[in-house]
Amino acid sequence: MIEFPPGLILILGALLVPFLRGPLRAIWMLALPVAAFAVLYSLPEGDHFAISAFGQQLELLRVDGLSKVFGYVFLVAIFLGVIYALHVRAVEEHVSGLIYAGAAIGAVFAGDLVTLFVYWELTAISSVFLILTRRTPEALAASMRYLIIQVGSGVLLLAGLIVIWHETGSIAFEHIGIESAGGVLILLAFGIKAAFPLLHNWLQDAYPQSTPTGTVLLSAFTTKLAIYALARGYAGTEELIWIGAIMTVFPIFFAVIENDLRRVLVYSLNNQLGFMVVGVGIGTELALNGAAAHAVTHILYKALLFMSIGAVLHRTGTALASELGGLFKSMPVTAVFCAIGSASIAAVPLFSGFVSKSMILSAAAHEGLYGVWLTMLFASAGVLVYSGIKVPYFAFFAEDSGKRPQEAPMNMLVAMALAAALCIGIGVWPSALFAILPFDVDYVPYTDSHVLSQVQLLVFSVLAFVVLLRSGLYPKQLRSINLDTDWFYLRLGRSFLQFATRAAENMHSDAYDLVVRRAKRFVEQLYRHHGPHGIIARTWPTGSMVLWVAILLVTYLALYFIDIF
Amino acid sequence: MSDDQHKSGAPAQKAARKGNKIKLLWALYALCTVLVLLDLPIHRHAETGFDGNFGFYGFYGFIASVVLVLAARYVLRPIVKRPEGYYDD
Repeated sequence: MIEFPPGLILILGALLVPFLRGPLRAIWMLALPVAAFAVLYSLPEGDHFAISAFGQQLELLRVDGLSKVFGYVFLVAIFLGVIYALHVRAVEEHVSGLIYAGAAIGAVFAGDLVTLFVYWELTAISSVFLILTRRTPEALAASMRYLIIQVGSGVLLLAGLIVIWHETGSIAFEHIGIESAGGVLILLAFGIKAAFPLLHNWLQDAYPQSTPTGTVLLSAFTTKLAIYALARGYAGTEELIWIGAIMTVFPIFFAVIENDLRRVLVYSLNNQLGFMVVGVGIGTELALNGAAAHAVTHILYKALLFMSIGAVLHRTGTALASELGGLFKSMPVTAVFCAIGSASIAAVPLFSGFVSKSMILSAAAHEGLYGVWLTMLFASAGVLVYSGIKVPYFAFFAEDSGKRPQEAPMNMLVAMALAAALCIGIGVWPSALFAILPFDVDYVPYTDSHVLSQVQLLVFSVLAFVVLLRSGLYPKQLRSINLDTDWFYLRLGRSFLQFATRAAENMHSDAYDLVVRRAKRFVEQLYRHHGPHGIIARTWPTGSMVLWVAILLVTYLALYFIDIF
Repeated sequence: MSDDQHKSGAPAQKAARKGNKIKLLWALYALCTVLVLLDLPIHRHAETGFDGNFGFYGFYGFIASVVLVLAARYVLRPIVKRPEGYYDD
């Protein structure tokens, strides 16, 4: 048994990657997550790796049920991500991907808030390279916005942790709650990374700009780390139920009219996070198990979907629905994998989403939260229309675009095959997933009543899609962009800056007018009267002085005589 | 455009494809009917007070999808749609 943080294995191992070449590099990168997985598997529950710093004990390896689930699935995700990206030559992408995964895993096992903060910021800094390496001007701009927001989240976390440290004297990362100001600050930090409504738009802004391989990793770690952190610090916080419920619904309207298929997937990622946030907010054992299980299945099917659309982008150079269609003829295997991912996200029975999402819905119903339950059911029906059908339909079927790209590279197909096998495996044998959940599972997903309900819901959603498509009511996929909250900084913010610049310029010239010009005029006047040629400085002839004195005397005499009479 | 030649196949092929499409549609309608009727023999463990009603899930799924798509097209799109390059100036 090696008691060493699995995250650090990836981070330290990544530093060696630039010095390796060819097959050796591939083997090394694949061995890292496998080694970390073996180490994690052998670790019993408890705190294993502590260091002392500034008078505090930093716990780098707190192992319990909750952290172990996320640790396992993160390691599976980076393993799949490495295979999927094996053809990529840019070494910086491999290094940053491994460090990013290592940081996310390190954060999951952080037993205190300071360690969490360090890894939290490391995920931000390492992941930005996955966007930067796309090397387009849009990607550069998006990556800088992404970095500002991610680091901002870390700064809020730091502020909250300082408040909590000051108040309680402890930096342990346990239940936090929103009773103290520090708790609210940290919730905001987590909420940014979990893409709460109105804090969400960095996700849709940055992820679709990343490289095809980078998006697969991005979709797995940052947001699910936030879900883990919420489950650890805010389980049972009622506000989260409502935030999560809104989150399941509002992104799907955007997804219906979005043209960029990777952005459609990000909107649906946002909506799936909503289910997990609801689970955390309910906070019962069933709900928390559901949130953790959904994080696991979600990471796998979302990675699969991003891989399949990433393969399309890799081969055709576009992921716009309006430019694609009919690709199943030349990319049939990718099309099948995409369909498996879609079936999983739509929670079709025998696919992974079915077993995990239903736990959260059942937990809501058990607590009598019928409004939330109906909202999530609405989102479940919707997910089929906007993501489950839309993505494979417009990429691989629909109207033939005439594009005949090659099938995806072998390494991409292998990664997709593994992810697809896991999606089906969990759907068919959910007990394997249930065994690693934080609490004992007393839940049977496959009852005839439950299966029938879900099949009815889905088939009638398909019927709705078909009816809408045939009647021409389904919105056309148009080359356009849709405003979201990023309008506030992309447009309003810029307009404000322009306005502020102009106002500052005007103020400067007004102030110049007011002070400098007036002062100048005053000096000029002074100079005119008192200067060498001024009236005051003139030399007066003695004669004229005598004349003035005489005039004065005469006037005086005249007035004197007038007075006598 | 160059991809036009792929869109139109031989007329016979086109007719066959259309026939398949119609068969698929009828299969879907039949499936929907069977699923709703299955509500009768299968006893439902209702999660809430109202989801045990006959045809609840089918009805809700259909209405939810229609509302979602129509609201996105006729309410959201007119508000948020902008030409590509809106932010580029």
